[in-house]
Amino acid sequence: MPTVAPIDVDGFVVRAGFLGETPYFVSGEGEILFLENGGQRLSPHKSGVLAVEQSLDDKVLVTSGDDGAIYLSSPDGSSDLVAERPRKWIDLIACGPNGAVAFASGRTAWVRLADGREKEFAHDRAVGGLAFAPKGMRLAVSRYDGATLWWAGTDGDPVNLTWKGAHLGISFSPDGKYLVTAMQENALHGWRLSDTQDMRMTGYPAKVKSFSWSVKGRYLATSGANAAILWPFFGKTGPMGQAPLQLGTRGDAMVTAVACHPKEDVVALGYQDGMIMMSRFEDNAEVLLRRPGGHPVSSLGWDAAGLRLAFGTEMSEAGLISLQD
Amino acid sequence: MSATQETPAQIPVTVLTGYLGAGKTTLLNRILTENHGQRYAVIVNEFGEVGIDNDLLVESDEEIFEMNNGCICCTVRGDLIRTVQNLMKRKGAFDAIIVETTGVADPAPVAQTFFMDDDVRAAAKLDAVVAVVDARHVLQRLEDTQEAEDQVAFADVILINKTDLVSAEELTAVETRIRSINPYAILHYSERCGIEIAKVLDRGAFDLDRILSLDPHFLEHGHHAHECSDDCDHDHHHHGDGHGHDHHHHDHEDKHSVKSISLTAGDLDPEMFFPWINQVTQVQGPNILRMKGILAFKGDPQRYVIQGVHMIVEGDHQRDWKDDEPRESRLVFIGRDLNWDVLKANFQSCAAE
Repeated sequence: MPTVAPIDVDGFVVRAGFLGETPYFVSGEGEILFLENGGQRLSPHKSGVLAVEQSLDDKVLVTSGDDGAIYLSSPDGSSDLVAERPRKWIDLIACGPNGAVAFASGRTAWVRLADGREKEFAHDRAVGGLAFAPKGMRLAVSRYDGATLWWAGTDGDPVNLTWKGAHLGISFSPDGKYLVTAMQENALHGWRLSDTQDMRMTGYPAKVKSFSWSVKGRYLATSGANAAILWPFFGKTGPMGQAPLQLGTRGDAMVTAVACHPKEDVVALGYQDGMIMMSRFEDNAEVLLRRPGGHPVSSLGWDAAGLRLAFGTEMSEAGLISLQD
Repeated sequence: MSATQETPAQIPVTVLTGYLGAGKTTLLNRILTENHGQRYAVIVNEFGEVGIDNDLLVESDEEIFEMNNGCICCTVRGDLIRTVQNLMKRKGAFDAIIVETTGVADPAPVAQTFFMDDDVRAAAKLDAVVAVVDARHVLQRLEDTQEAEDQVAFADVILINKTDLVSAEELTAVETRIRSINPYAILHYSERCGIEIAKVLDRGAFDLDRILSLDPHFLEHGHHAHECSDDCDHDHHHHGDGHGHDHHHHDHEDKHSVKSISLTAGDLDPEMFFPWINQVTQVQGPNILRMKGILAFKGDPQRYVIQGVHMIVEGDHQRDWKDDEPRESRLVFIGRDLNWDVLKANFQSCAAE
């Protein structure tokens, strides 16, 4: 039977997860909590935190806030300011290879390389999301009417992918073959990068705000419905012409956060009413991890072994769920 | 048409509009420096104009998103969606949101954002659109620009500022002109935006439950006509049996494109009314700037309050009709290029037998 240990966090939990073996929780009020040595609480930002990402080597957390600052913080209690855009609200971050960090505000995206060099990428319309390609220094920027693929380390020409409408969250498939965006409308859009074939994934009753790739990138799990919607990305054509899996269907609450298990074909689902469940792809078998009755789940994160799940909600509720006794 | 869902956690939002130089920034400064005990998150076009200490300030770029459904009037403000989502991560840090728009901004996408985007709708509710107009220049602006006209048409509260710079006659002309565009907005007058802040903030003008507490005389004919001058040719002053009056304003010269019409009837047949209003807003949506009404449905003890922006319409039951209250339906349209006679005839045909 899974056990839940509540954690004291003040405010909206922007992100909960694990940095290596260390659980962490970051609140919109600006606090970064590392559960190591009895708990390290850092507050590097002058005010709130708007976005959080983990470095690819899992050693530091990158946070940005409404003070325009970007900090790298680690469980040893250190925080380093690495970039600043005074008076901008930095609400988008992505972490790339070799310590690269991308961030954006308004219509501009920047990439900061580990040696401190910065590159600026200007767009005609607002940036909606950022993602680094799994290999190489390619940055994908979702924007109004499509996405742009930039070379972050060199001066290659950008590639524009066009699809009408406002594109927000963005993610590469782990094999780098597909790029998927969540739109302002209740839909996902995808491009097969080999031939820029468009893919429309529709039918959601709400906006998709959380996505997670399953082991080996076989499925893309998404929020935005009263079940987790998982689009198949194996085979030659990806999700085209295939029906998605629908896991953890409930009549009375929407899924607000999803996190695929790191080793098994299982997804953790957080709902609007605070309930957290685990569901297996193969047979839809479900395990209740946290009872309903709280606030919308805003973040879910597994540890590398897939034995512990950190969660946070929009209103000061957070905790660690352990699958082992 | 969906019923409104009131969530206690919804943060009130005031949209502050007005043409360049009308006094928006003066008003904003007054709001932010006055000792009112409220903390505001302020969304402005550019930093540097307003002095703030404890309030959250964020710059907006007035980014308009068109929905991908081919409908030209279904636009929302992408920067507002993003800002409201970000503000929700700091929910405890402020009590209300003020959105300042540039003088030339179209207020429609701002208002629509609070109806069309589910996340914004869940987090925040539009309290009122407040327009500041310059008493000395507004008539000229209304001649020159569609934006100025739209701002007046969209407003729930209009602050006629710089009244010290005009004569009494000029002020009457300003009021008459504003009324011809927007008959239901609450008018206030000021010099240098010297006005009690409570008269502009926390008005609940978009809150269906509070439309009437804001404007208890909404159903009374002639309420808005008390300042009409002798040359006013509108038939505001009928206090008859309460049926069949309509206040046409299309006898202005044609260069004024925004007009309003106020339709009245007794009990309505909901089976007739709802299909009609849905059809009107679908077909005429782009031309309808604002629509507001209080309706009596046959056999229904409660008043039904309805409002709309372009194609978006929402309505809900409000409260029981009082015993001493005549059961009367009134619907106000503010728009451009609408066929007023057809609207009137169709509304009348929704009357219950």
